[in-house]
Amino acid sequence: MRYYTTMSALAVLFLFPLVWSGWASMEEPHNYVEMAGFGEGLGTYLTNSVVVSVMTVAGTLFVSALGGYAFARFAFPGKNLLFLATLAILMVPYATVLIPLYVLLGYIGLQNSLVGVALVFVMFQLPFALFMMRNAFEALPKELEEAALVDGCTTFRAFLRILLRAVRPAMVTVGLFAFLASWNDFFAPLILLNDGAGFTLPVAVVSMTQNTFGAIDYGMLQAGVMVMAIPCLILFLVLQRHYVRGFMSGALRG
Amino acid sequence: MTTLTRPRGRAARGGSSSAVAPPPWWRRQGAQGWLYAAPTALIVVVLFLAPLVLVGWMSLNRWPLLGEATLNAPANYTKIADNPLFADAVWFTLKYTVIITVVLSLFALGLALLVQERRPGVGFFRTAFFLPGAVGFAAAALLFYGMLNSDFGPIDPILRTLGIIDEPVSWIGTPNMALFSTITLVLWRFAGFNMLILLTGLQAIPVAVYEAARTDGASRWVIFRRITLPLLRPTIALMLIMSVTGSLLAFDQFFIFTNGGPDNSTVSMVMVIYRDAFLRFDLGGAAALSVVLLIALVALNALQLRVLRRPE
Repeated sequence: MRYYTTMSALAVLFLFPLVWSGWASMEEPHNYVEMAGFGEGLGTYLTNSVVVSVMTVAGTLFVSALGGYAFARFAFPGKNLLFLATLAILMVPYATVLIPLYVLLGYIGLQNSLVGVALVFVMFQLPFALFMMRNAFEALPKELEEAALVDGCTTFRAFLRILLRAVRPAMVTVGLFAFLASWNDFFAPLILLNDGAGFTLPVAVVSMTQNTFGAIDYGMLQAGVMVMAIPCLILFLVLQRHYVRGFMSGALRG
Repeated sequence: MTTLTRPRGRAARGGSSSAVAPPPWWRRQGAQGWLYAAPTALIVVVLFLAPLVLVGWMSLNRWPLLGEATLNAPANYTKIADNPLFADAVWFTLKYTVIITVVLSLFALGLALLVQERRPGVGFFRTAFFLPGAVGFAAAALLFYGMLNSDFGPIDPILRTLGIIDEPVSWIGTPNMALFSTITLVLWRFAGFNMLILLTGLQAIPVAVYEAARTDGASRWVIFRRITLPLLRPTIALMLIMSVTGSLLAFDQFFIFTNGGPDNSTVSMVMVIYRDAFLRFDLGGAAALSVVLLIALVALNALQLRVLRRPE
């Protein structure tokens, strides 16, 4: 019994802030109305965030599925070097890459662009995603595609028709991690986006606290917190199993 | 599908004679591997390796946010020593890293041990402890920003009702309170995350080992000291490395929650890099700081791996 008392008290401590924020945001209904009209309009920021997240998830899945297949099934020169270079992304501070990326994306015409931000997110997701996908392909028996290859099927057809279906659980995990990272990240869009209409949600809502010279509307702020948090909470609760698999794989970034 | 493609496949290869001829280049292992790995290589080279080279080059130049860059090596490095904000930030970040790593690790280990065994309702508690981890860190910081506000938030009234305080508390008004509040925020957001990491390690310990110890009459404490801790060592090492790295690179919590204040008392190293680059428009100086941070971090990670992964 003492166990359950302790656990319930801890659960209350962990859940209380979320419950309070939800309640505070709804205490006055106009919080959400004001939130909707804030700055360039909630719709703009929401669209930006959705666009970046969709591009990040799609890009990460595309690159890591092809790459995972390459690393699991083929021998090619430079293979180990490329894998190490990808894992090295984990070793380098975020800021150390983002300062030059701000300049570099300007060179290739992607300054202040949602596409640029999504590409950067794909890069940051790549170590985890490639590791997950390589392991998923390696876990498949070779016989699975061998029959098709012997029959003259190209490796790409075997990949598309047979293997991709078999690694679907790993793709859900990779996609979920990519979504949560791109939807929530604050630092990369803060540095790479510099025009109010192009901001993603976290940057826009944080700017409510820092650019207003008058009083901060705390109720509206919690409405912003809820708009950011609720999609993640729902996705996490629905896909919890797939999330935990990401932890089991041993490929993590802090 | 297999039976359908068989005749076509044979016909395409022109019977048995093709077994002698070498396959065309695109059928060769190496070439195919490279084709599939090409998107990965492109991303890694263009968006990771090229920026690493560029940040090195930028650090050797006077590189204003707008306008031409001019070589000024090694001025960006020598002026780091004259940057009092950075020196303070290094000290503050180290202090923060030590405190957060110790507190967070102990708390997460406690949680992991509490939810380790399967019993009714434990799944709910695991989810409850982890749930803050699903919320973005920026959103979590904004949530605490409102929650700890004396006029708007619920914490002051609750503590007053309980008789713990009798006047409003300025949760981010003094350097010590700002640090304390930030630690609370980080604990709330990351304890479940670290608990989950430790839990994967705990579950990898075979149940038979525990059972054997129990039949030998070992106490709970002895089991924890002699079995759980040693077998959990690699997982603890992973958690410590992630916590140290994450804390040394702390930005969001101080930028959003305390905004570096009061009086620049909570300015982290990455915040100085950000301020140099985008408030003082000195990208060269920011690049030099980034290079120093990179070297320090790689050295520290190598050292940590060496110390923590060594068997007892």
